Amino acid sequence: MAEGCHVASRRRPLRALLLALACASGLPGASAQAAPAASAALPTEAPTAAADPALEARMMALAAELRCLVCQNQTIADSHAGLALDLRQQIREQLAQGQDEAQIRDYMTRRYGDFVLYKPPFKASTALLWLGPGLLLLGALGGLAVVLRRRQAMDPAAFDPDTPDDDAPDSPDAPAR
Amino acid sequence: MKRFLVPLGLFLVLVGFLAVGLRLDPREVPSPLIDQPAPAFRAATLARPEAMLQRDDLLGRVWLLNVWASWCGACRDEHPVLLDFARRADVPVYGLNYKDQRADGLAWLQQFGNPYADSLFDPQGRIGIDYGVYGVPETFVIDRAGVVRYKHIGPLTPAVLRDTIEPLLRQLHG
Repeated sequence: MAEGCHVASRRRPLRALLLALACASGLPGASAQAAPAASAALPTEAPTAAADPALEARMMALAAELRCLVCQNQTIADSHAGLALDLRQQIREQLAQGQDEAQIRDYMTRRYGDFVLYKPPFKASTALLWLGPGLLLLGALGGLAVVLRRRQAMDPAAFDPDTPDDDAPDSPDAPAR
Repeated sequence: MKRFLVPLGLFLVLVGFLAVGLRLDPREVPSPLIDQPAPAFRAATLARPEAMLQRDDLLGRVWLLNVWASWCGACRDEHPVLLDFARRADVPVYGLNYKDQRADGLAWLQQFGNPYADSLFDPQGRIGIDYGVYGVPETFVIDRAGVVRYKHIGPLTPAVLRDTIEPLLRQLHG
């Protein structure tokens, strides 16, 4: 989804479709008219090849671990939502002012909560999130141990005899008879 | 028989989780600002570029901050509800005109009516970022001490006002 998913999507898709049709049909002035309307609503991003490529790289690295709240399955680095552009600009400015990554992460979570972090911190409310996979693994191993132990205790007669099955080839390589 | 009960039980647990999950709205991200002081701002108002409004001007009373923009479709749906609320409520509603053009915002109020005691003009969305705004419209309830008490994301509805915001306002007025 593009700019301002739930905010603007009510009007934008139709407008985009009409525009596409107008452009495809070669209506003169269609694209010229559209440009100011689009750029009025869309903040334009500072040229990324700007003065300091190192700063830009740090900004993108940090933006890649922050969630865009408008398009929640995208990072701030990926998203073209207006808010993501603004937040990239915020990161850029704060890095330029000498803030470090931890301070900027803190700035973001004070405003948007832990949800903005793709890697949430470990605390009481996220313990299950972090430990859940381990608990599931432990549970599965425990279950396996119980089953194996129970089988070990069973009378051997309870199992089917472990004879090779001569009647059927058990692999495609087995010689046909 | 018993061997079927375990998978059935697991299945029911899974159904339970999914049923709860369906009711959750992933867009409603709980705001970390609840019970925190409202972020400070000092900005020009929409109607008068030379008039500055700041957070501390509003200390000492309960007020609502409603984030809106002329480009926001859902704001138009919300607007009659807000107009009606502003007419009968005894708390002021301040607007935050978010990432908008001044002329567009003023024309919008002209056309649809103005429920706001005043609107802050935030063309760059800086105040919006400080308030963690990500989906316009949003509404904050701020108490006498300048603490954010509630945040509603998306358009206000009569039900939200009746069941949540108005009881909270009564409580804040003590």
